[in-house]
Amino acid sequence: MSYQRVKFYQTGTFTVGNRLLGEDDRTVQGRNDRTNSLNSGHRACQGCGEALGARYALDAVMRATHNQLVAVNATGCLEVFSSPYPESAWQIPWLHSLFGNAPAVASGVAAAIRAKGKTAIRVVAQGGDGATVDIGFGCLSGMFERNDDVLYICYDNEAYMNTGVQRSGSTPARAWTNTTQAVGPEPGNPMGVGKNLPRIAMAHGIPYVATASVADLHDLETKVTKAMSVRGARYIHIHVPCPLGWKSDPAQTIKVARLAVESGLFPLFEAEWGVVTDRTPIRKQVPVEQYLALQGRFKHLFNPRDEQALEVMQAMADRNIHLYDLLATEPALES
Amino acid sequence: MVTAAELVASAAFRDGKVAQAFPSFGSERMGAPVTAFCRISTNSIRSREPVAHPNVLLILDSTLLHQMDVFRGLSDQGIVLMNSTRKVEELGLKVWMLQHPEVELYSFPASDLAERHLGRPIANVGMVSGFASITGALTKGSVQYAIQEKFPGKLGELNAQVASEAFDYVSSHPVQA
Amino acid sequence: MKQQIEGSQAVAHAVALCRPEVMACYPISPQTHIVETLSRKVKAGEIGNCQFLNVESEFGALSVLIGASAMGARTYTATTSQGLLFMAEALYNAAGLGLPIVMTIANRAVGAPINIWNDHSDSMAMRDAGWLQLFAEDNQEAVDLHIQAFRLAEELSCPVMVCMDGYILTHAFEAVDLPVQEQVDAFLPPFEPVQVLDPQDPVSIGAMVGPEAFAEVRYLAHHKHVQALEAIPRISQEFQEIFQRTSGGLLKQYHTDEAETLLLALGSVNGTIKDAVDDLRAEGWPVGAIQLCSFRPFPSQVLRHAVHNAKRIIVIEKDLAVGRGGIVSSEVKLALQGLPTLVDTVIAGLGGRAISKAAVIDTVKAACLEGLEEPHFLDLNWEAINQELTRQAEQRRSGPTPENLLREMGLSGGKIV
Repeated sequence: MSYQRVKFYQTGTFTVGNRLLGEDDRTVQGRNDRTNSLNSGHRACQGCGEALGARYALDAVMRATHNQLVAVNATGCLEVFSSPYPESAWQIPWLHSLFGNAPAVASGVAAAIRAKGKTAIRVVAQGGDGATVDIGFGCLSGMFERNDDVLYICYDNEAYMNTGVQRSGSTPARAWTNTTQAVGPEPGNPMGVGKNLPRIAMAHGIPYVATASVADLHDLETKVTKAMSVRGARYIHIHVPCPLGWKSDPAQTIKVARLAVESGLFPLFEAEWGVVTDRTPIRKQVPVEQYLALQGRFKHLFNPRDEQALEVMQAMADRNIHLYDLLATEPALES
Repeated sequence: MVTAAELVASAAFRDGKVAQAFPSFGSERMGAPVTAFCRISTNSIRSREPVAHPNVLLILDSTLLHQMDVFRGLSDQGIVLMNSTRKVEELGLKVWMLQHPEVELYSFPASDLAERHLGRPIANVGMVSGFASITGALTKGSVQYAIQEKFPGKLGELNAQVASEAFDYVSSHPVQA
Repeated sequence: MKQQIEGSQAVAHAVALCRPEVMACYPISPQTHIVETLSRKVKAGEIGNCQFLNVESEFGALSVLIGASAMGARTYTATTSQGLLFMAEALYNAAGLGLPIVMTIANRAVGAPINIWNDHSDSMAMRDAGWLQLFAEDNQEAVDLHIQAFRLAEELSCPVMVCMDGYILTHAFEAVDLPVQEQVDAFLPPFEPVQVLDPQDPVSIGAMVGPEAFAEVRYLAHHKHVQALEAIPRISQEFQEIFQRTSGGLLKQYHTDEAETLLLALGSVNGTIKDAVDDLRAEGWPVGAIQLCSFRPFPSQVLRHAVHNAKRIIVIEKDLAVGRGGIVSSEVKLALQGLPTLVDTVIAGLGGRAISKAAVIDTVKAACLEGLEEPHFLDLNWEAINQELTRQAEQRRSGPTPENLLREMGLSGGKIV
């Protein structure tokens, strides 16, 4: 996909879109023949980032694979809201086994495809942060190290949301959850804990790792499409705000996601074979406070102000900006 | 050790008999004493318990003689073949032998023999051949066949030489105490 | 063709002939020789169109097979003991989803305390997960049951575990008649799935089922086991026609016709039991034996019929329902309710303790002459137990029980003071 730098100063949304792109680069959602892999009628909450991300990701995979896709889902929000008995919102072959085994189940689907020589069919495994970072971690690592031909997509809403908002290994520092309450000397999730799954994925040396956000759906589609152009173990980590668990306004899901990106707290980058190869630069760095202030799960940092916590979190964002070179004046152009 | 039992079983099978071999179920730790069992019969073998009352005892590691009760359960008319360079009378078993006058004891340097041919003191092939020679329970040809089947190529040939020499050694050296 | 071969190797040979398409294996004693042999066969190209995955855990192994089976592939793995429990969640999942996976269980005790030797506590722990459970008496039957298992599993869309005693059978070197490819192909057609992930015809598999329909789904799973009561003997019969030998079935009988006292057991101990029966009969005792092959489904009707007019049935089982007693004997009792037959529970062979013919004979005589306590623990060292109980009563910090017992039995040295 070719890039053309265009400056738009507009409303707070990404109105920039399809009309300015070539036919092949347009979002698949803008087409009448889009597959609607995750069809309407599911039971996701209003403003659910995961539903949005999943819809875009899977339809992009369907386009990339000419509709030859099998999806494996871990237990979690996506699985629950998409298959409310007796209905299913899935228009693709879909398998839900357990909470902790989606990567292994997908490895099995891929192995069967190889055994039967039907290699045009591709597999996507998907799960939330709980399924990916915690309970499914062992199976995920196994799938990575075997380099099984699976694209694993993690929809990271930073807690176990389906079960009522409990802390996961992806919950950010100082965030409230029902198991890291805003009480005591250090309210919210402690500092200095948690896993960086994208970097762990990179450490396995797999062909492709990327982070994406529902704040930039074109970028998400591009990365998913790129991932499907290679074979082997691939991982995409998508940041998806959860209005319920983050205690944010459902109408502001995309804005919140964008602030996470623009503050540097959620860097957008790609890596191949364990090395960062590209990143999306930040036009203008936003202070982390602006991002945190929109979410009730951080409100205990503001009343009274916890200067130290805010400073540490700003430092975390600054570190990412440095690490991924997010403020370079020239964006990384693809040759 | 397990190989020895399996070689006996293979040779017996080759001789048209029914044979069952299995390792003991004691500790699996490397270096711990290991026992293996073998039953040979002309009828089907249904028993699954360890051999508590052997007719024949092959002791591949004679350092165990005074460390554990190797002879427990041995039939009063049993046969014992020990892997040792020492003669039977030099093994410190005088008292035991007096208490078990009908037991036949043999001593045979199986490890040494193996060392000469294979470069490693692995006693199993020699002991199995010795057993075959003493008891006549296995034919020489079947022992050779079992060895070739178990050990491929050059190793099989070398082991066959060990077997042959062991067979002849034991039959020409009446080493019974 | 008859061959002197290790049990594990024979089973691997049989599984390979069944044309598995995906195998995912994690090593655990005493199953390792099976998966090693299969790994070599796949790598050497001896099994066509087959993928062998070395996975990160037993939970991973069964999960891989769930995905592969849902994709329409014939699948196989092997495990035991701790490994079986580690995949417990996936076990229920596979059965609930109706996936015809075949798995060898090289029966081994479950810790703590850790123990690598044979008993049936692993299979028994998972008896209600929905898998069919078949027990092999010897390595010939182990070979034959695996071939029958694929037929059974795929016919009913229900996973099957073939249980064979760890070490006692897996590591026994004995003569087995190994089948050839043509025979297996004649008996086992290619896998035709009832449900499959197919982009041409998408389905959702594994959705939540609420209170409105869950019971019905579970009943249908139960119904498969009821159907298996008919399918198992039929498949055994078909097997006999092609392979020219009897293997499997729901249960077998040995001198049960005029027997007043019966023995019943699962697995390899049946060989020793038959020898005991012969000796007892030679002494004039009217004794017979039943070898139970199918534990799930439990063949209640066939068992009632086999028990006939026996006054007493002594169940020798290698498992313990902690706090309760016998597992197999409980099921036997339930099956025989209404009949006057006495049922004795003999807990034996736990953690690999050998069961001798002599002990079986003594137990039968004791049962008939004096009766047995319920449950009866065969060959238990009561002295060591009582010493340990005394020690525990004397001081709170009495230390780890296994260590104390081993010391009492003289199996480990004293404490270094």
